[in-house]
Amino acid sequence: MAASFDLKNDNVVVIIGSGAGGGTLGNELAQKGVDVVILEAGARHEYEDFINDEWGSFSQLAWTDKRTTSGDWRVSKDFPNLPAWIVKSVGGSTTHWAGASLRFQEHEFKTLSTYGKVEGANLLDWPVTLAEMEPYYAKAEAKMGVTGTNNWPRLPGNNNFKVLKAGADKLGYKECHTGNMAINSVERDDRNSCQQTGFCFQGCKWGAKWSTLYTEIPKGEATGHLEVRPNAMAIKINHDAAGKVTGVVYADKDGKLQEQKARVVAVAGNSIESPRLLLNSESAKFPHGLANSSGQVGKNYMRHTTGSVYAIFDRPVHMYRGTTMAGIIRDEARHDPSRGFVGGYEFETLSLGLPFMAAFLNPGGWGRSFTTALDHYDHMAGLWIVGEDMPRAENRITLHKDEKDAHGMPIADVHFDDHPNDTAMRNHAYKQATALYDAVGATRSFPTPPYPSTHNLGTNRMSEKAEDGVVNQHGQAHDIKNLFVSDGSQFTTGAAENPTLTIVSLAIRQAEYIASQMSAKTI
Amino acid sequence: MVTIYDGKPGLSRRELLKRGGIGALLVISGSAVISPENAWGLETSALKPETMATLIQMARDIYPHDQVPDKYYAIAVKGHDEQAGKDAAYKTMIEDGIADLDKKSGEGGYRGLGWEEQRVAVLQQIEATPFFQSIRGGLVVSLYNQQEVWPIFGYEGESYSKGGYIARGFDDIEWL
Repeated sequence: MAASFDLKNDNVVVIIGSGAGGGTLGNELAQKGVDVVILEAGARHEYEDFINDEWGSFSQLAWTDKRTTSGDWRVSKDFPNLPAWIVKSVGGSTTHWAGASLRFQEHEFKTLSTYGKVEGANLLDWPVTLAEMEPYYAKAEAKMGVTGTNNWPRLPGNNNFKVLKAGADKLGYKECHTGNMAINSVERDDRNSCQQTGFCFQGCKWGAKWSTLYTEIPKGEATGHLEVRPNAMAIKINHDAAGKVTGVVYADKDGKLQEQKARVVAVAGNSIESPRLLLNSESAKFPHGLANSSGQVGKNYMRHTTGSVYAIFDRPVHMYRGTTMAGIIRDEARHDPSRGFVGGYEFETLSLGLPFMAAFLNPGGWGRSFTTALDHYDHMAGLWIVGEDMPRAENRITLHKDEKDAHGMPIADVHFDDHPNDTAMRNHAYKQATALYDAVGATRSFPTPPYPSTHNLGTNRMSEKAEDGVVNQHGQAHDIKNLFVSDGSQFTTGAAENPTLTIVSLAIRQAEYIASQMSAKTI
Repeated sequence: MVTIYDGKPGLSRRELLKRGGIGALLVISGSAVISPENAWGLETSALKPETMATLIQMARDIYPHDQVPDKYYAIAVKGHDEQAGKDAAYKTMIEDGIADLDKKSGEGGYRGLGWEEQRVAVLQQIEATPFFQSIRGGLVVSLYNQQEVWPIFGYEGESYSKGGYIARGFDDIEWL
């Protein structure tokens, strides 16, 4: 039975956000008998409510509250008010994610020591190592049902994967397979196996893809220790004279402001909203926002070096059939500066339906060069590039000086400039992917610019020293003992891998820490 | 309100202008744009029907798909008539934008230019204007989000109700 806690109950852990970080942390704490209230800005849509329609689903799930953008990234020109394609709904972006679940590589926790100082980048080693993370990665993989782990078979490859694999073989790539996916390849955990429906980004109507919406959250609710409060938009975190946080002010479903008291607060609203909330919680005691004595809150915004390559063949492919992210090539994920950049990148198949292909293939493009690409939509194959981007202090989330949202909270501005390393990596990936498809007989290829960001990272980063970041190795604020960050904003650097598995692993680890600190009465 | 009169032979609008005669692309009649060849018509309420006819041609020139009939371009731009009915400034932007397009196209106006290249050259002159960006930005959703056009491109749309593709060709590629 889901719990229901009084607003004045100051013994609860309040978590802001119900996605990979918040949803997992909530369940993990509830399993340990800790009382938890999750405040989720969005509504609760169960998986049978999802829509196999790109724009229809976007209206249902996407975070479309206005944001502004600046910087030299093309998203700012083409989608000035949509810097990120993430979700406002119970389950957060785990409803939308594709399911790729890769562990970081050892060196990716130690980028400053491995890559050395990179001009114009704010590299730093994580205060955590791969060895320390391994047990938690294993727990996360088991929880999420990651294919290729725990003897679960990999998913069968669809048409888009088969084209990728044929090209990978021709180019001599060695590590190409259907991935480590948090998508059931067999029925497990009382959930269906993948039916190769496509529309992974629109929410899995079979419940085959792991999402906190129908795994962590109901499991947590069943303990009687978890309440998920949807349509609750956090505005401000309050604190006492001693500097400990005491509660969260939020706008409820009717837009009325409420305050939920708290013993501990964990922020997990994704890397735009989490720093926005901390910055908006400024006070006389914390004039630059909560947890911001370092000045790092909102800085070092990362979005992965991304891009896509689509290619047309003289015979049909039907790439949209089956899992959206149906396979991976990992050979380029290594750190090998001889390629002209530090860090590495993954190739992962991707497809968009016709409506989104029209919107994202070449935003703003028109005329026959554009439309003849779409004319051969069913002859198209495609992949996505996801690589490590450089943290930069000036790439950051700030509060807009004038514009406010419906609750009077300043909206977020997202500033991003590509680092030369990002551009060099993307160009390398474009060239390799084009060669890959050429090798299979592509008649035309399209290096496609990055979409609005799905991997938003780094804006409350972990650091060993308080002056370098916002939180410590447990995601605990350096400045405030009972304030935590539980999403991808705590990433010190981005690595080449899709972030969700690491977010979930960190949340499992953080839950152990919070529970033990609560028992020890240190928080 | 914009009404699309659709396609059974011999329907409304005076039998769709008695089905034309000379294969004209689009015919203006009263407040309607009519395609006698293809038996559909579109009635405008805020914009001039000539404006709507030009918008339809402009839509095709922006996103030309020779296998997509005019009707879907008409459906894709009809929202501008509704918007113009609610917003006088918007109506002015559209009417002025089309008038400018006609002026730049010479004596016969935009629709009088016989080749797509000629019309595209005119569109390129106005590409940066809010008018053009508004038409193009709306069109990229309103054209490609019509389920009826998806089969023309080989896109199958919703698949959950059919059990996904696990038994319907998710891995049926044979030419590799």
